[in-house]
Amino acid sequence: MSTEQEPGQRTIRCLVAKVGLDGHDRGAHVIARAFRDAGFEVIYSGLHKAPDEIVQAAVQEDVDALGISILSGAHNTLVPKIVGGLKEYGAFEDTLIIVGGIIPEEDRPGLKEEGVAAIFGPGASMQETIDFVRENAPER
Amino acid sequence: MVELIDDLLAGEHRALARVITEIENRSPGYRDLVRELHQHTGHADVVGITGSPGAGKSTLVDKMAATYRDRGLTVGVIAIDPSSPFTGGAVLGDRIRMASNVGDMDVFFRSMSARGQLGGVSTATTDAVKALDAFGKDKIIVETVGAGQNEIDIVRTADTVAVLVPPSSGDDVQMLKAGILEIGDVFVVNKADLDGADRTVSELKEMIMMRDASPAAGTGGYHGAGTDVTGHHGPDEGGAPDGGDDGPDHDPASQITGPGSAGTPGSTTDQGGPVETEQGEAWVPPVVQSVADTGEGVEGFLDTLDGHRAFLERTGTLDAKARSRYAEEIRRLLREDTRSLLERELEARGGIEAFVNDVVARETDPYTVADEVVQPLRDCLDHEEE
Repeated sequence: MSTEQEPGQRTIRCLVAKVGLDGHDRGAHVIARAFRDAGFEVIYSGLHKAPDEIVQAAVQEDVDALGISILSGAHNTLVPKIVGGLKEYGAFEDTLIIVGGIIPEEDRPGLKEEGVAAIFGPGASMQETIDFVRENAPER
Repeated sequence: MVELIDDLLAGEHRALARVITEIENRSPGYRDLVRELHQHTGHADVVGITGSPGAGKSTLVDKMAATYRDRGLTVGVIAIDPSSPFTGGAVLGDRIRMASNVGDMDVFFRSMSARGQLGGVSTATTDAVKALDAFGKDKIIVETVGAGQNEIDIVRTADTVAVLVPPSSGDDVQMLKAGILEIGDVFVVNKADLDGADRTVSELKEMIMMRDASPAAGTGGYHGAGTDVTGHHGPDEGGAPDGGDDGPDHDPASQITGPGSAGTPGSTTDQGGPVETEQGEAWVPPVVQSVADTGEGVEGFLDTLDGHRAFLERTGTLDAKARSRYAEEIRRLLREDTRSLLERELEARGGIEAFVNDVVARETDPYTVADEVVQPLRDCLDHEEE
């Protein structure tokens, strides 16, 4: 056990966020567990968080990845607010943003334009999501 | 790297967050960062909060932070959760409780995982506290589950340690005997609106008295403060039975709003605190009550913490603590450094497996191997002495 970590073995930190008036947290719990079991450090926001809170948590915790779970349909309002907040604190550039939940096909290009790296809807496999985060976690 | 420090000192939250990440990851060059930080530290009050899972630590920390903010102070929080020994993964859940400080960037809350490195956690915590201190936080709270040596080490980075105990938990109080009792400067019976809070308070006081009852110390404990150990329920409760269940007419709120939250430091003296002894001023850990959920008793608790801080400053204990902390830090770094040097030496001699093979075959033994590997270091030292 060395005190200096091997390069490439950096622990990935990840915020799993529930935002807005959306009480469906099963998906967020499942992905939080899957991330944990993949060796990530997962910070779970809890339910009904405001975009501001998510931004505060993402900035302070310095997460590599921010996973936003939305099943309420308010993604077009909430995601840009979070992105805007991250930009304000200079955290947008090196945070990987992914969205999970129910996102209609026609809304996806708009979200990606906002800066969302990937969207995982129903049926996406855990492993797929984990691999995506591993491969795309920003270099720091 | 230097830029990062400049940004941190200029008050950029992102830079502070990144510095803590570098410290946690032991990134190449993190030592240079901590080196730079050191000269800017030494201004913050560091409070450690520990207690069994479910005692209400996170909720209390949230309310503490909010109350400090009301008093115009800035706050940094480091919350440490265990990580899985198998995958290294962790779910860090303390943040969920931070509901009172939403959107307030002057409360900097950071979750850290224990990352399974024995001793490594306390190093990272010490360094993260330095980062928050250099950033200019007035109060730094370190929160951790109080189980095992590792946690106790972490908590020792604090000037003042508060131990949380849930009420009516004979078993928890038993658990405290295992070592946590010795590190508490203040004890908090949280969830004091539940049955059995009284009893837990008096049990704790009794145990603190026994802990301080060594003849040489001569501290009066609770008796020395002029009251009997069974009489600590507050001024408005004269005849409450001790050690029994709360009577039906017992109003828990009156107890909390009694001595706990009166808001003047003097109100806690019959509850422990500084006492005069033959050897000078000593500290008897007060037992305060709180209901973190509603915020009751939090003001009084913070006053008690301030009282302890004042005591430390008055008696010079604060400086002594800092000195022994630095001494321990130097020793720890030396241990880590020599260990990695010796790992290198081990590799150069063919790796540990080869030695293990020889030991298993009874060709050599572990002591001889250790002597052999450390020999170059010994030679160096001997050489310098000549």
